[in-house]
Amino acid sequence: MNNIQSRKKDVKAMASKLGFAEYQENNACKRTASLPESQKQSPKIVSLEEAIKRTGLKDGMTISFHHHFRGGDKVINMVMAKIAEMGFKNLHLAASSLIDVHKPLIEHIKNGVVTRISTSGLRGDLAEEISRGLMKEPVIFRSHGGRAAAIANGDLKIDVAFLGTCSSDAAGNSCGYSRSENAKSKCGSLGYALVDAQYADKVVVITEDLVNYPNTPNSISEDNVDYVVVVDSIGDPTKISVGAIRDSKNPRDLLIAKTAAKVIINGGYLKDGFSIQTGTGGAALAVVKYIRESMIEQNIKASFALGGITSHMVKLHEEGLIERLLDVQSFDIGAAESLVNNEYHKEISGTEYASYFQKGSAVHSLDMVILSALEVDVNFNVNVLVGSNGVIRGAIGGHPDTSAEAAMSIIVCPLLRGRIPCVVNEVTTLITPGTGIDVVVTDFGIAVNPKRPELAERLSKAGLNIVTMEYLRDKALSISGTPEALPFGDKVVGVVMNRDGSVMDVINNVVDAK
Amino acid sequence: MMFIPGNNPAMMQDAYVYAPDSIMLDLEDAISMQEKDAARTLVHYALKSIDYGNIEMVVRVNPLTSPYGKKDVRAVVSGGVDVIRMPKTETAQDVIDLENEIIKVETELGCLGRTRIMAAIESTLGVINAYEIATASKRMIGIALGAEDYSANLKTSRSKEGSELMYARERIIVAARAAGIDALDTVFSDLNDMEGFRNEVAIIKQLGFDGKSIINPRQIEVVNEVFAPTRKEIDKAMRIVAAIKEAEQKGLGVIAVNGKMVDKPVAIRAQRCIDLAIASGILTKEEVDE
Repeated sequence: MNNIQSRKKDVKAMASKLGFAEYQENNACKRTASLPESQKQSPKIVSLEEAIKRTGLKDGMTISFHHHFRGGDKVINMVMAKIAEMGFKNLHLAASSLIDVHKPLIEHIKNGVVTRISTSGLRGDLAEEISRGLMKEPVIFRSHGGRAAAIANGDLKIDVAFLGTCSSDAAGNSCGYSRSENAKSKCGSLGYALVDAQYADKVVVITEDLVNYPNTPNSISEDNVDYVVVVDSIGDPTKISVGAIRDSKNPRDLLIAKTAAKVIINGGYLKDGFSIQTGTGGAALAVVKYIRESMIEQNIKASFALGGITSHMVKLHEEGLIERLLDVQSFDIGAAESLVNNEYHKEISGTEYASYFQKGSAVHSLDMVILSALEVDVNFNVNVLVGSNGVIRGAIGGHPDTSAEAAMSIIVCPLLRGRIPCVVNEVTTLITPGTGIDVVVTDFGIAVNPKRPELAERLSKAGLNIVTMEYLRDKALSISGTPEALPFGDKVVGVVMNRDGSVMDVINNVVDAK
Repeated sequence: MMFIPGNNPAMMQDAYVYAPDSIMLDLEDAISMQEKDAARTLVHYALKSIDYGNIEMVVRVNPLTSPYGKKDVRAVVSGGVDVIRMPKTETAQDVIDLENEIIKVETELGCLGRTRIMAAIESTLGVINAYEIATASKRMIGIALGAEDYSANLKTSRSKEGSELMYARERIIVAARAAGIDALDTVFSDLNDMEGFRNEVAIIKQLGFDGKSIINPRQIEVVNEVFAPTRKEIDKAMRIVAAIKEAEQKGLGVIAVNGKMVDKPVAIRAQRCIDLAIASGILTKEEVDE
């Protein structure tokens, strides 16, 4: 006799030997309602308050958010108001970035709801208050790649992620856009949020457009989602998707862009199959227009464009000049729409984009990056976070990640903005180490990092005006005069992490000048 | 020649990064009555303290008949200006009056003969007198058309195709050529119509003008492209520059190329031709250095 019943003792013995449980018949009721009916009563769909309770959130835990909704974001303020109302204290808020619209956080900090912040950037009143010493604990600043790495290796452990999405089904499959008739807003890529979705202990999706299952192709997948909260509005659609950034008509931007384009054309990397990333400053965007002409003339195609994708890059992609778009953040409506419609426009996570530790990230394959800067110093160090008055007013973004990895990293910046020098003896805050910066293009000449003599030679041969950083610094000072030292106090209000997870610099509080 | 209002320090401090052939700081039409004194002082110090490199510095002063003209001349000559642009020039006497003012200041400063003159012709009478104006002084380096006032004076308005300016342009060109000085065309004000601007630059180049007045750095590129020198012109300029270098090495004072004497304006024009060729991407610095 050998049947299921007779083999039970052997099953038990093997389970014990292998260290597994022994199967017990499951009498849990399975779903019997049809899909159209059952998804209306999905156990994942709960109110925001219920979601917060069920995640097991406790005082002192880390909660996270993304900034893909830009200035239109309502999610952070909505969730924080509810959390404050429920009486939570001492939370660590880890956002991919924070901006002007998150001003209500000031009250939550004053009330002890939020006692620690990790972010890529701070702007507006919140930044001003923090610079003046609002918080006991310093804000931890990380680059996008640094954040992805820290989340993955546990340096930044997220307990509960609250992730706003433009559409979700009842199971949590979510996107930064919606294909339904009720589509309300569209941010495009959810790249930074994908890391939170993957690594957070609990994930709450907050959406304004509940769509039929399955909401594919999806960004966030149901296997990472614990709860789905449906709200009337996740934000202001006009600020979530901004119109295509218009071409700059500023002659200084255009002069710098044209010079940068000459650096690209003569730098030795504009070859068939090259890869490129640009920032969104006027000069960086205009560069794309100028190299486009060269690409057509020389019959050169790019293999991919990376990073924050703009309509400018989409145009080149649709013309066949760039084969693939790797999109961690869609910068304007044209980019968001292309992500929906173009097959080879792919959303990538912060990890795939720029993480330092994972097995692969696209920045490793980047040939050229064109970035702007608030300040560059004679050692090619760059500051993009702290303003010339010592107040935090920007975001690290992917600046250190891309410039450290790209074969030729180009900074475009004017010598002065108004009366403020941008080329200085030493940056106010070290954000991107000069070891990764190869070329600095200004309206007064081009400086090449002495580590790259071959590059300097190529550009010089092409007739470009190559100068030293010291020359640019002196030129700036000769126009502006020597600025007074900044009114910093002794309190550390910010810590700048290098993308490798080490502490690289600190930001002190500002006090009113005497 | 790029126009910059004489009361805009942000633009004055580094306008030379756009590499126009010359910069004209304006004390006249761009400056309101109550700003005249401040602008004059600013322009004086800009000329004295900013290193504009090889760019020719021009200042448009107010007419001598106004309460500001003589003060303007004093301020800019003592600032070291290269060229004074005289507005609304109608007769040779206007030029002579300006020259006398310049001589007064230069004599005091001990730099007699340094300042040169360019006259803007902005009226029908000025157009009729173009040759007399062009030859009124040895300091004259050029005459320019100012089309806004001129077309008002004609009792017409400016058009895209510029038919109303045709006679004045041709007369000014002929007068300048006969006098052996430069002719500069008027400004094109619609910054958003780059195609219209390009067409106009092509027309005035064909008419014979040496250059165009511009009001925004974005217009420089178009002028440079249209005026880009031919291979023949570049080769000639290269020979002249090489001859100057050789003469310097040998310590020779007088230089001749193909039997023609090379004086300062010829040398400057040759260098400008090479600079323009480099700016237009026709030549590289390396080719020039060889």
